Amino acid sequence: MKMYKNLVMGLLLSTALAGCSMFGGDDGTGTGDGVNGGVNGGASTTGVGDGSSFSGHPLDNPSSPLSTKVIYFAFDSSAVEPQYEAVLAAHGAYLAANAGVSVIVEGHADERGTREYNVALSEKRAKTVQNLLSLQGAAGNQTEAVALGEEKPVALGHDESAWHLNRRVELIYPAH
Amino acid sequence: MKRMIKTVLFLSALVTFSAMSEALRIEITQGVSSAQPIVIVPFSSVQVVGGLPVDIAQVVSDDLARSGRFKPLPRMDMLNKPSSADQVNFRNWQSLGQDNLVIGSVTPSANGMLTVQFQLFDVYKGEQLTGFSIPANRSGLRGVAHRISDLIYEKLTGQKGAFSTRMAYVTSMPGINGKQEYKIQVADADGYGTKTIVTSSEPLMSPAWSPRGDKISYVSYEGRRSSIYTQTLRTGQREKLRSFKGINGAPSWSPDGSQLALTLSKDGSADIYIYNVITRSFRRLTRSYAIDTEPDWSPDGRQIIFTSDRGGKPQIYQISANGGQAGRVTFEGSYNARASYSPDGKNIVMVHRVNGQYRIATLDIKTGFSNILTNGELDESPSYAPNGSMILYSTNDGLKSILAAVSSDGKVRQKLRLQGGEVREPAWSPFK
Repeated sequence: MKMYKNLVMGLLLSTALAGCSMFGGDDGTGTGDGVNGGVNGGASTTGVGDGSSFSGHPLDNPSSPLSTKVIYFAFDSSAVEPQYEAVLAAHGAYLAANAGVSVIVEGHADERGTREYNVALSEKRAKTVQNLLSLQGAAGNQTEAVALGEEKPVALGHDESAWHLNRRVELIYPAH
Repeated sequence: MKRMIKTVLFLSALVTFSAMSEALRIEITQGVSSAQPIVIVPFSSVQVVGGLPVDIAQVVSDDLARSGRFKPLPRMDMLNKPSSADQVNFRNWQSLGQDNLVIGSVTPSANGMLTVQFQLFDVYKGEQLTGFSIPANRSGLRGVAHRISDLIYEKLTGQKGAFSTRMAYVTSMPGINGKQEYKIQVADADGYGTKTIVTSSEPLMSPAWSPRGDKISYVSYEGRRSSIYTQTLRTGQREKLRSFKGINGAPSWSPDGSQLALTLSKDGSADIYIYNVITRSFRRLTRSYAIDTEPDWSPDGRQIIFTSDRGGKPQIYQISANGGQAGRVTFEGSYNARASYSPDGKNIVMVHRVNGQYRIATLDIKTGFSNILTNGELDESPSYAPNGSMILYSTNDGLKSILAAVSSDGKVRQKLRLQGGEVREPAWSPFK
């Protein structure tokens, strides 16, 4: 729990710093000098900004890569595309920092091809993700790969726009 | 209706079944002009009090029409309706261009039982080819009708009929609470007598018949993990096989019923294992770092074919059921998967990708000659009839997955529609 708090603090700090960098910008969210806040007896207040000072669960922080819990794959491929590397690094680091947290790594495939082959393909995807999480320090007992093949599509169409959404790995935190 | 119906006559042979809410409706979408003309006269049942719950001649007529090898004469074209040999005037039927004639009757016998009697005649020779007297009770008349179809089919084609068989398949549709509901159902080969054997809110997959047709093994994701179950059809009782971390899938019965080939990933990648039903032990058959799955036994029980991407793309391989080196079977195309042997072991049927479309194709193992049988975009799960005449598979019809059947030479096609919901993964039962 202590590590978790540290992480939250770290996140708050980094988002605060991100906020600082926007001082002087023209988006009107920068505050803190008391000009816009109420001033009373020398005390100053700060505005809430644009949500960068997120105070919910770190897995829900929209400005954190942890908020991304679904990653997508190319056809008949289990290779993680570069844009998802930061996402998986963040989840791996999060798991490493929170030994009590576990995640189900659920692999899926699009409807093309045969069903049991797609189960195996979706497991290959899940295991690739599982390996990347463990490279960041997630322990073996924190992750479980589950392969659902094409059995649970999120999009029901029969074209690439649907297939793309179905070729996925979902990170499911059961306790979250 | 991409394919136009080849023979206008088959329009009149369009068969629809809608008696039960979940019954499959079978329609012939492509027939052959070489189909044999045959007359199946309505069976007489004047002595049966209250009449019959089943029109036996209609069931027989529908069976034979569905095979694509027969063209039953419409009833309105029958000049008279004989029910005994002495009432038959062969010349009348000759003049209508008919090759064969079936007549029959149902009469009451002792203890409320019935006797169904039929005769098959060669119209040109004017002689009887076969004839049987079959005892039945009222609730078994559909079964008797299918047996009559089997006997006629075998006499006239030399091939055993498969009309008394059943099919298992998976359905998926939104349930009452809006959640998806998965079922495995079993129906007669003509779509009647639908029975649900298992229902789940998580996916069900890969139904596989035991060689005696008394059990079905399948994959269930209940509890959100995959497990293989074997269920006895008569009692509904089921047994869960010991399940392992990762994939538990693709069950396939050995022809002698003593073993199941299946896919496990407990030791890393998906591999084929053999489960001994008697000792309940597992033996690893394949050892590759690639995907090995979808095993099927040769009819003599000596070989197993399976899908593997060990060469980079999914292809079909064959391995001795005792283990050893696997040999590649398919070389045409970049996607061949889920193969199964024809009942005579000479061919395999599989899913084959051509120009981005997934179609059902057969491959002659000895000659390497392959034949693409279907024209859909996402055809899958081919399953041979136990006599090898037809292949059941699933195909997309608009947005929905439905079942379809094609003759093993690709000439006759049918669609089997279920009211509402998706139907997929058909598995044709063995002979009774």
